[in-house]
Amino acid sequence: MNGLSTVINLLAYVTALVFVVGFLNKVILYFKTPNPLLIPTTPAPTTTMGVVARMIPEVLFFRSLLKGGTAEKVLWVGGWIFHVTFLLIVLRHLRFFTYPVPGIIMAFQGLGILAGLLFPIALLILIVRRFTNDRMAVITLFQDYFVLILIIAIGLTGLLLKYYVRTNLVDVKAFILGLLTFSPAQLPDSPIFLIHFGLVLVLLAYFPFSKLMHAWGILVSPTRAQADNPREARHVAPWAQ
Amino acid sequence: MADIKAPELTGEIITPKVTPGASKGIMPFKAKPELMEKVNFPAEKPSNWKELFLKKMEEILKKYRSVRVFLDECVRCGACTDKCHYFLSTGDPRNMPVHRQELMRSVYRKYFTTGGKLLGNLAGARELSDELLEEWLTYFYQCSECRRCSVFCPYGIDTAEITMAAREILDATGIGSKYNLEIINKAETIGNNLGMPGPALRNTLDFVEEEIEEKTGVPVKLPLDVEGADILLVTPSADFFAEPHVLSLEGYAKVFHQAGVNWTISSHASEGGNFGMFIGNYDHMKTINKRIWDAARDLKVKRVIAGECGHAWRVLYSFSNTLNGPFDFLDSQYRQPSHICEYTLDLIKKGAIKLDKAANDEFSVTFHDSCNVARASRMGETPGDQMTIPREIINACCNKFVDMADDTIGERTFCCGGGGGVLTDEMIDIRVKGAMPRMQALKRVKDSHDVNFFALICAICKAQFTKIFPIYGIEMEEVGGVHQLISNSIQLGAKEGV
Repeated sequence: MNGLSTVINLLAYVTALVFVVGFLNKVILYFKTPNPLLIPTTPAPTTTMGVVARMIPEVLFFRSLLKGGTAEKVLWVGGWIFHVTFLLIVLRHLRFFTYPVPGIIMAFQGLGILAGLLFPIALLILIVRRFTNDRMAVITLFQDYFVLILIIAIGLTGLLLKYYVRTNLVDVKAFILGLLTFSPAQLPDSPIFLIHFGLVLVLLAYFPFSKLMHAWGILVSPTRAQADNPREARHVAPWAQ
Repeated sequence: MADIKAPELTGEIITPKVTPGASKGIMPFKAKPELMEKVNFPAEKPSNWKELFLKKMEEILKKYRSVRVFLDECVRCGACTDKCHYFLSTGDPRNMPVHRQELMRSVYRKYFTTGGKLLGNLAGARELSDELLEEWLTYFYQCSECRRCSVFCPYGIDTAEITMAAREILDATGIGSKYNLEIINKAETIGNNLGMPGPALRNTLDFVEEEIEEKTGVPVKLPLDVEGADILLVTPSADFFAEPHVLSLEGYAKVFHQAGVNWTISSHASEGGNFGMFIGNYDHMKTINKRIWDAARDLKVKRVIAGECGHAWRVLYSFSNTLNGPFDFLDSQYRQPSHICEYTLDLIKKGAIKLDKAANDEFSVTFHDSCNVARASRMGETPGDQMTIPREIINACCNKFVDMADDTIGERTFCCGGGGGVLTDEMIDIRVKGAMPRMQALKRVKDSHDVNFFALICAICKAQFTKIFPIYGIEMEEVGGVHQLISNSIQLGAKEGV
């Protein structure tokens, strides 16, 4: 194993640690921070089951976003395709993480590749709307472009690896399985792969400290996650007695 | 004030171009040191104000999951940017909910996140400064805490929570709103926002009794401090003297009279409103709310019923049980407060009160959902009943009713422009503008259905619209309460038993 491989292997472990600890840290922080009052945006369900039923379409279909006008519909299309294709791409990548590869993941490949092609288009929608609308231009920050460009770069290097500068997949798989089994292996001999992999590490390390935490935040946002039941039960938080 | 001009009424709500600083300079009068001290805040901004500011902000981040999660999770998707009535009417980018929040989020980044500490400006972090304080005072008081933005936010981020937290931080830094703090002080020391002592209240109620008897010939009573009454009515104090509020008070009294129940108003808790909520101060909110439950306990009533008031209903319905519950001393059927609309509709459905629809035939009625009722509370059994119950009442007592456009009512209702602690003269400019989306929606039903009665269930809405209707060229007499319509149509004496 060469020096670069050692560094990248180490970085991968550090990144994984940062991601997991950072993410869990936020989960625990939110959990420990109380909701002193009931503040669901009403009309809201009055039971926990109702809250679950409200949350599912919020998470899967961005339901509240669909309540908006044309701009939100465009955003919905871009955002929804982006999230779904991202998920499909990640699932497709499982074939690099498993041995032997389960049949279901292999059955997925065609869909995953289609997703890979749609992915940059969806991201393009998301980035273009940020500077073509005067309201978006005002609210957009450096980090909004940063994360979009980062993800676009991950997508494009992925497509490069798939279609133009193909890497030896046996090497890739050996490297990834090496990481997973804690028996570090040689990095595949491919600069594009190195960039692709490196950018993914950046994304993972950045995740817990950024707006990407909306992935967890959506589940604990009190306006959506609370039941509207002050008549049925007394809601009490530790400090607010 | 005379030079305040209303936006033109076209019936259209058009998203404006972004105009930075368009509503700069509109801010509340600051409370004087004596007032600040009376309500337990620092008398004035001390030299170490930054410490106080950050200490309070840290405390809030630990105490409120809403604030912490909302500050973290916004992705700046822009869904809220054209949903606020103050942005739609001014074009000031700081009135876009996300950009209003950015005033706090940038400080949060600077002092509470690693990225912001390290990268500063690049990460969108901002240092505390006098200029920033000025912006906070301006734009966190150009929010009426109406929660419309939270409906459209994919994560439910509620700017009202951020605004309340910001006001709480400003107060803790020695910068308070004179209007809000004066009212809080009056509610806590005298028992109502108007500072009306018990004897004055009795006089007013006598006057209302005389009015009713003069108009109807029926001696309807408005009892005060009656121990052992079944019902305690808690209503915004504006109902006792302001027009058209008092006409709804007559309506409640007639309903109770026809129902044949013993009811009472309390001089100790002669206020339904609770401005503690507007400034995000838990202790004040609890103290003001507690007067109601002390009164209910002392008067040994069986249940508490709330009059027409939006934020009062939010505090009573959503927060009371947390703040001062449980209310074991009340009748087991009515452990939680009811809304007067729930009570009245129930009587209508039981046939216990008779209504003569023709009495309201001169009116073509529309109904304005108040934000705190529509988006922050409930009536009835089923979520959403807070929209249907008032409409059912109106339809039971009026022949002509029409709703405004769908995207301006129900959970998408537009604020009156005066809610959340901005109902004060120095804010008149933003109040007039802020009402614009609602006024455009009203204009359309005025044109199509000759609407001439704008029915409300909120004291702030009533005060706001009576003030700004004339500025928009509409008669202020067109503003009224739902129970005013009941009052017009209820058949006194025609009782068939309850």
